[in-house]
Amino acid sequence: MESLLSGNLSLVIFFPLLGIPLIVFLSYIYKGSEREMKIAALAVSLINFVLSIPLFTSFAGGVPGMQFETKIPWIANLGVSYHVGLDGISLFLVLLTTFMMPITILSSWHAIHKGMREFLILMLLLETALIGTFAALDMILFLVFWEAVLIPMYFIIGIWGTERRIYAAVKFFLYSAFGSALMLIAILYLFFEHIKQFGAPSMDVLDFYKLTLPFYGILSPQGLLFLAFFLAFAIKVPLFPFHTWLPDAHVEAPTAGSVILAGVLLKMGTYGFVRFLLPFFPQATEKYLPILIAIAIIGIIYGAVVAFAQKDLKKLVAYSSVSHLGMVMLGIFVLNLQGVEGGIYQMINHGLSTGALFLIVGMIYERRHTKKIADFGGVAKVMPVFAAFFMLATLSSIGLPLLNGFVGEFLILLGAFEFNYVYAALGATGIILGAVYMLTAYQKVMFGPLDKQENKVLHDINLREILVLLPIAVMMFVMGIYPKPFLSRMEPSVEALLETKFPNTAVVRKLGDERPPEDRSYPESPE
Amino acid sequence: MILWIILIPLIGAALNGLVFASGFWKKYLRGSEHTEKTVVSIVGCGVVLISALISSALFFKLLSMEPPRREIIQNLFEWIPSGSFTVSFELLLDTLSCVMALIITWVGFLIHVYSVGYMHHEKAYAKYFTYLNIFIFFMLTLVLGNSFPLMFVGWEGVGLASFLLIGFWYEKPENADAGRKAFIVNRIGDFGFILGIFLIFFVFDSVNYQEVFGRASDPAFMSAVPATVITVIALLLFVGAVGKSAQIPLYVWLPDAMAGPTPVSALIHAATMVTAGAYMIARCSVIYSQSPAAQMIVVTVAALTSFLAATIAITQNDIKKVLAYSTISQLGYMFMAIGVGAYTAGLFHLVTHAFFKALLFLGSGSVIHALSGEQDIRHMGGLRKFIPTTAITFFIGTLAIAGVPFFSGFFSKDGILGSVYERGYSIHWMIGLVTVILTALYMGRLYLLTFEGKSRVADKIRSHIHESPLTMTIPLMVLAFLAVVGGYMGVPEFIGELAGIHESNLFDKFVSSSITMDSFVPAGHHLLSHTTLLIFSIAAAAVGIAGACYLFYFRPSLPEKIASNKTIVPLYRGSLRKWYVDELYDYVFVQPFRYLSEQASKFDLRFIDGAVNGVAAVMKDMALTLQAAQSGLLRSYATLMGIGAFAILVFIIIWQSL
Repeated sequence: MESLLSGNLSLVIFFPLLGIPLIVFLSYIYKGSEREMKIAALAVSLINFVLSIPLFTSFAGGVPGMQFETKIPWIANLGVSYHVGLDGISLFLVLLTTFMMPITILSSWHAIHKGMREFLILMLLLETALIGTFAALDMILFLVFWEAVLIPMYFIIGIWGTERRIYAAVKFFLYSAFGSALMLIAILYLFFEHIKQFGAPSMDVLDFYKLTLPFYGILSPQGLLFLAFFLAFAIKVPLFPFHTWLPDAHVEAPTAGSVILAGVLLKMGTYGFVRFLLPFFPQATEKYLPILIAIAIIGIIYGAVVAFAQKDLKKLVAYSSVSHLGMVMLGIFVLNLQGVEGGIYQMINHGLSTGALFLIVGMIYERRHTKKIADFGGVAKVMPVFAAFFMLATLSSIGLPLLNGFVGEFLILLGAFEFNYVYAALGATGIILGAVYMLTAYQKVMFGPLDKQENKVLHDINLREILVLLPIAVMMFVMGIYPKPFLSRMEPSVEALLETKFPNTAVVRKLGDERPPEDRSYPESPE
Repeated sequence: MILWIILIPLIGAALNGLVFASGFWKKYLRGSEHTEKTVVSIVGCGVVLISALISSALFFKLLSMEPPRREIIQNLFEWIPSGSFTVSFELLLDTLSCVMALIITWVGFLIHVYSVGYMHHEKAYAKYFTYLNIFIFFMLTLVLGNSFPLMFVGWEGVGLASFLLIGFWYEKPENADAGRKAFIVNRIGDFGFILGIFLIFFVFDSVNYQEVFGRASDPAFMSAVPATVITVIALLLFVGAVGKSAQIPLYVWLPDAMAGPTPVSALIHAATMVTAGAYMIARCSVIYSQSPAAQMIVVTVAALTSFLAATIAITQNDIKKVLAYSTISQLGYMFMAIGVGAYTAGLFHLVTHAFFKALLFLGSGSVIHALSGEQDIRHMGGLRKFIPTTAITFFIGTLAIAGVPFFSGFFSKDGILGSVYERGYSIHWMIGLVTVILTALYMGRLYLLTFEGKSRVADKIRSHIHESPLTMTIPLMVLAFLAVVGGYMGVPEFIGELAGIHESNLFDKFVSSSITMDSFVPAGHHLLSHTTLLIFSIAAAAVGIAGACYLFYFRPSLPEKIASNKTIVPLYRGSLRKWYVDELYDYVFVQPFRYLSEQASKFDLRFIDGAVNGVAAVMKDMALTLQAAQSGLLRSYATLMGIGAFAILVFIIIWQSL
């Protein structure tokens, strides 16, 4: 019991799997109804969320290293172990997963018309795989979870999606698998490099942090390894120009798939950058920083510009993700406390706001069986409560102060400004463009005359749907008004990463760490 | 204590929003509509009244404190801490924010009361008051926050409230469009503001007012900061101010914002929100005073805006549009004063303008209410007999804005023109003076066409004309009273001296303890003396009023003749069509962006996704080609194997021999 209250990471990872025999039992032996299976899956994911809360409450602040660590040898002679743990970087992604999963299951209550049992099993499998990905500290274990995520997601899109679901599912799977294949080769290289440098086999992430890899250009070992990891994560995020699988996957996926995909799954990529790419290959990262930042900024602007032209609501939200994730990456690549913390914070924000937006699109899709913006208009009149939630999610997405998105974007751009003011100015155009496409879409759907017969009979969201959106809405306010508990848990880990890996490039200025006035490099001025 | 000023309106919003606007009351509690409206009105107005009373109490507390340190700070909690950056939820009540809070809460309260009457028939009554209270909350946060990010919270928050209220009647697409336009144009301004905050943090290592302004007024600290950097900070913040306070080039959203309910126009788009930019620059007086270049830009933009808006106001036919352009023009006056460093003069105009412009807007609302929604002054006329209270109060407002002596606008406007001239901006002063003529002219036109002359009201409507209920007329009377006497709080020193009153400018004395004024000493040797200046501006107002009377009262057929004069036609049409600025923006920004977006979308599909699918297609082709090799024929397998073995053998031999 004590370990439950103080947080048991492995339990949180594998608890969802317990739901699988339960559902099988309910289905085959107990001959229960679909409803009972849904309740069982929901209960399992809810309990798992409760189990994950101690990870937050008993997370020791001021500690940069791993907490809730477990290390058990697995394939001893290859140095592979079951090694999991959390630090300030991964903690919130685990919590985001456990938070979003029950919401997603509740949102699919009536949306899944066939194979409810299989759907629920896949969702629980997905939860374990996702949490495992964020918690794994052994490369093989990580790879197992990382690839395991693909399978349930592939089926969720491919079975419960709309018309072109097979195309989208295959594209998603192959594109991701292509990246992972490169990463696998790179991991093997690192493994042998570890034997060479330390004389013992190891697959441990923390051991890999100690490797020194020669770097002298893109064809040097570190350059190539960097490229392999970069491609794997860039596809996952997805960064421009590797993003085209995302709109397809979102448009075809069922609501639950989109919510988890945008809310959690994409963070595997952004997380991978922080956890692996930056600390494994610091010299290469430093060298290619201008290119990385350029890609991030192009993503911000390009995603927003393309989003504006979309006629399909889901596609619009998908492109907005490209823009927002560009923002996350910008924060990470500027290598200072505000930027990286803002980037991690924005990962969570994006999970909440985009998750909420996909839920909202899903709700209206269930009613009207269309996602085309032009098919709506004046819906606020018949669905006022829905309109309020939609507005809130929109505002969160465009970074209105006192909501979560603002804190993340503010810190990212502040960090970018300290790095180079031009990057901040370019990145900040995202806050204008975000308002342009989101408010335009909101207006076209919710405002204007209620002139279509089909829209006049829409009924407002029911209690279940309110329960789906309400927790996210509350979190948007909490994270916007009082971000301190989140930021203070991130800070030591981010600080340690920057200080140990980027002593020359990273700017780590702590509180009260003031510079004398002449210690600032201003750009050229006439004086 | 300060916290309650901002928190109570928020509680009001939450109550009205969650219980009534959400439909909970009607749907689940089966409450009656009448009870709902009563409770909503009491809560909606009550919370603002409580805020106003607390603000007043704190005002007296400030008065009881010693002049240089008249400030109360309340720290609530640490908001965003990240490394060396930190910002707290900290509120500051000094004489500057106190004046702002008093205006926001008291004028706000009057407008809330007015709304009870004006919005009486509205179905979404609870939603309206929810939004209005949210606005008050954010507006107070804007002025009471003790750091730039907190000001930004209020800044964006009032933008949101403005967006929601402009598009309040969202069934009409043009209303929703106007709301969105306001939000987006303001976001362009916010873009500058937020970069300004970053630069402030970069230079001063803090975003808290005391620390930033403390360092900015420390010569030792500032000696290491290039002057250009200070100018850039000032200009970035000014971009924000230009957006929120509707100055050139971002003023275009404000006229459209008239799509909202009229009390909203009075509260948000005349009395409070649009003056936030003036507040911001006054707050940053330390920074602006150190950058003559930025000051020059501010005052020039302001003078041009003031003049340009007045030239448009003169031909508009929508009663609210005239007032909207008039607001832009008057905001220009405020910025002129603030730009030349006469912060208190600008703020004083902010206060008197809040009185008379709120009055005029509410008056126009009363007219629109009386005429069942008619807003075109060509279909009005002779209304004084039907709605006398509205007419008289509107008349007082007109005199105040026109700068007729002894009304509030006279004192505040002359304070501005006087300081602009004294500080050597004679060209700007002249533009200001011409604008005084135009102001008197268009306001005279507006009053005369609406209330005097022959009635041009459609017969159907004429039978229904009625004076507004007391909830609407009492606020009008209170504001009319303030529009008359409000000026005596801040009689400019040079007018005071003429009248033989020493230290006449109480307003200046009170507010200036929060503001770092320029180290400006009136030179005394100007071409024009104080008396001459005064005569000039009185004469300007007189010319404008006389012109208006002649054109729109005594010779009502003349304006049309003038407008159809060949040389005047282009000018008239230009003014009527707002100098085609909206069309220009549409052509230069909106259409190209749409085009770019469409093209980028096509590019994404064709080239980027095309490349991905192209790779897949190549793979598929290769697979299909190689598939032929898997023929299942033993013979061909054996042949291929033989060829393969031979090739390897040749390779090894060559390799060995090298």
